[in-house]
Amino acid sequence: MIVITDLTKRYGSRPVVSDFAVEIPDGESVALWGPNGAGKTTVVRCMLGLVGYEGTIEIDGLDAKTRGKAVRSLIGYVPQELSFYDDMRVIELLDYSASLRGLGAGRVDEVLSTMSLGDHVDKRVRELSGGLKQRLGIAAALLPDPPILLLDEPTSNLDAAARDAVVRLLEDLRHDGRTMVVTSHHMEEVGMLVDRVVAMEDGHKTIECAPMDLAEELGIRAWLHLITTNGATNTAVEVLTARGFDVRPNSRGVLVEVSAQAKGRAVAALHEAGIEIEDIEVWR
Amino acid sequence: MTASTTSRVIKERPQRRLIGTIAAKELGETVRSRWFWLWAIAFAGLAALLVTVALPGSEIDGYSGFGRTSASLVTLVQLIIPLMGLTLGALSIAGPRESGALRFLLSHPVSRTEAFLGTYLGLGAALAAATAAGFGIAGLVTVAGGVPADTASFLWIALLSWLLSLAMLGVGMLISTLTRTSGAALGGAVFVWLMLVFVGDLGLMGTAAATRTPVGVLFGAALLNPIEAFRLAALATFDNSLDVLGPAGTYAVDALGDALVPLLLVVLSAWVVAPAALAWLRFHKGSDL
Repeated sequence: MIVITDLTKRYGSRPVVSDFAVEIPDGESVALWGPNGAGKTTVVRCMLGLVGYEGTIEIDGLDAKTRGKAVRSLIGYVPQELSFYDDMRVIELLDYSASLRGLGAGRVDEVLSTMSLGDHVDKRVRELSGGLKQRLGIAAALLPDPPILLLDEPTSNLDAAARDAVVRLLEDLRHDGRTMVVTSHHMEEVGMLVDRVVAMEDGHKTIECAPMDLAEELGIRAWLHLITTNGATNTAVEVLTARGFDVRPNSRGVLVEVSAQAKGRAVAALHEAGIEIEDIEVWR
Repeated sequence: MTASTTSRVIKERPQRRLIGTIAAKELGETVRSRWFWLWAIAFAGLAALLVTVALPGSEIDGYSGFGRTSASLVTLVQLIIPLMGLTLGALSIAGPRESGALRFLLSHPVSRTEAFLGTYLGLGAALAAATAAGFGIAGLVTVAGGVPADTASFLWIALLSWLLSLAMLGVGMLISTLTRTSGAALGGAVFVWLMLVFVGDLGLMGTAAATRTPVGVLFGAALLNPIEAFRLAALATFDNSLDVLGPAGTYAVDALGDALVPLLLVVLSAWVVAPAALAWLRFHKGSDL
C-alpha cells in the first residue's frame, strides 16, 4: 500500500508539487497523468528518496524518508530513458543492478529470458534501439521481482512501433498483481495500462478518476464526421438532435460533438434509427 | 504505542558488500576510460624520461645517484598527480548526476553514503594503480640504468604520491558536489590545480620577498598547500637536506628536527580526510537528483 500525504516539493521558493495526496492499494495500477512540468516525475523521485520533500510517503508502512533503502528494495524503477552507462554491455548492466540488490546470475538469466533479451546480452547499451533500451530498463526493474513498479514516462521517447511493444509488455505486467505507478502524458496509453488516473497540473492533483472518464472529466470533446448515404443527412440530424447531440449537417453527412470516450453513442443512435453510415472520421 | 515510537528513525547502516560492488564498478569504468589512460601513460612516460635524464653523469642541485632520480619524480608528481586526482574527483559525481546514472544507482537499495564511499574507494584504487604504474616503470628504468635503488625511499615517495592523489581526489569530489555540471566541475578542478601548483608556490615566494615574512610563517603557509606538504615530506626523507627548498625548509629542519616528517604526514592525512569528509557531508545532506 502506498500512502502519500501532504506532499510538497519546492525548488527554492517555487513549489513544483503542492499538498499532493494519494492512496494506492496493493495490486492497483495508477497513472500520474499531466502535461510536462505538472510534477508527476517529481512525485516518483520523492517516492524513491532522490529528492527532499515535505509531507509523508509511506510504502508498505515504511517511511520513505527514514527507511529509504528498505523502501527502494520494494520498488523496481524504470527511468524515462536508459541514456547512461552507454558503454556497458546489456549483461554487465543487469549483473551490476543484480549485485546491488544482492541477487545472483541465475535471476539475471531468468529476466533475460522473460524479457526476450537473450540475443542482445553482448551488445553495448548505446547499440540498442529505443524500444530495446526501454525493455532493458524494465528488465533491470524486474530483477528483484518487486511488488511495486514505478515507470517514468515509459514510452515518451519511442517511435510508434516500439511504443506499441512496450505498452503490450506493460499490459502483461499489470496483470501480474503488482502495484504499478506510471507517469504519462498520453491519454490513450493510460487507458490501456491503469485502473485509475490521478491528473496533475502545476503540482496539484486536479482529477482522480477511472481512465475511461478522464476525457469527460477534463471536458475534452471530439467531433465525429459521420458520412451517411445519399438523402439520409436530414434524418440523421433529427435523430441525433432528439438524443441531445450538437449536430451540424454538411454536404457528405453530419458533424456531431461527442465525448472523447463515448463516440459510439452517436453511431449507435443512427444505427438504431436504420441510417446507414458509410464512413467515420474523428476530428479533435 | 506512541506516535514518536512508530515514526522513530531506524538507522540504515552502510553495507560493505554494496560499497565493494560500487567501488569495483567505478574502478573498472575508470580503468577503461580514455582520461585515465591519458594520465597514466603521461605519468609513466614522463617518469621514465625524467629518470633516464637524471641517471649518473651530472650532479644537479646537490643531488646525486638515486637522490636525483627521486627529486625528478617528486617534481613530476607535484604537477601530474594533483591534476589527475582533481579531474577524476570532479567528474565523479557531477558527471553521473548529469547523465542520470546517479539517479539510477540511487533508485536501488543503496544509500548516498554507500554510493559515495564506493565511488571514492574505486577511484582511490584507480589512482593507486596509476601511481604504481608510474613508479614501477621509473624503478625499472633506474635499475636498468645501473643506479643502486634505495627501495625504502622509493616506496615512501610512491606512498606519499598516492596520499597526495587521494587528497586531490577528495578536493575534486568536493568540487563535484558543489557544481551542477561536469563542465563546471572540470573548470573548478583546473582552477584549483593552478592555484595550488603555481599561484600558491609563486604567490608565497613573492609575498615573502615583498613583505619580509618571518620564515616560520612562511613554513606554516606552505603547509596549507598539500602539494607543498608532499614535497617537503618526500624530500625530507631521502636526503634530509630541506635547505634546497629555501629558508622555509631550513627553518623546518632546524625547528622541528625529527618531528618534521610526522608533522607533514599528519598535514597530508588531514588533506586526505577533510575535503573527502566535506564532500560526503555535502552529498549526503545534499542536492536533489
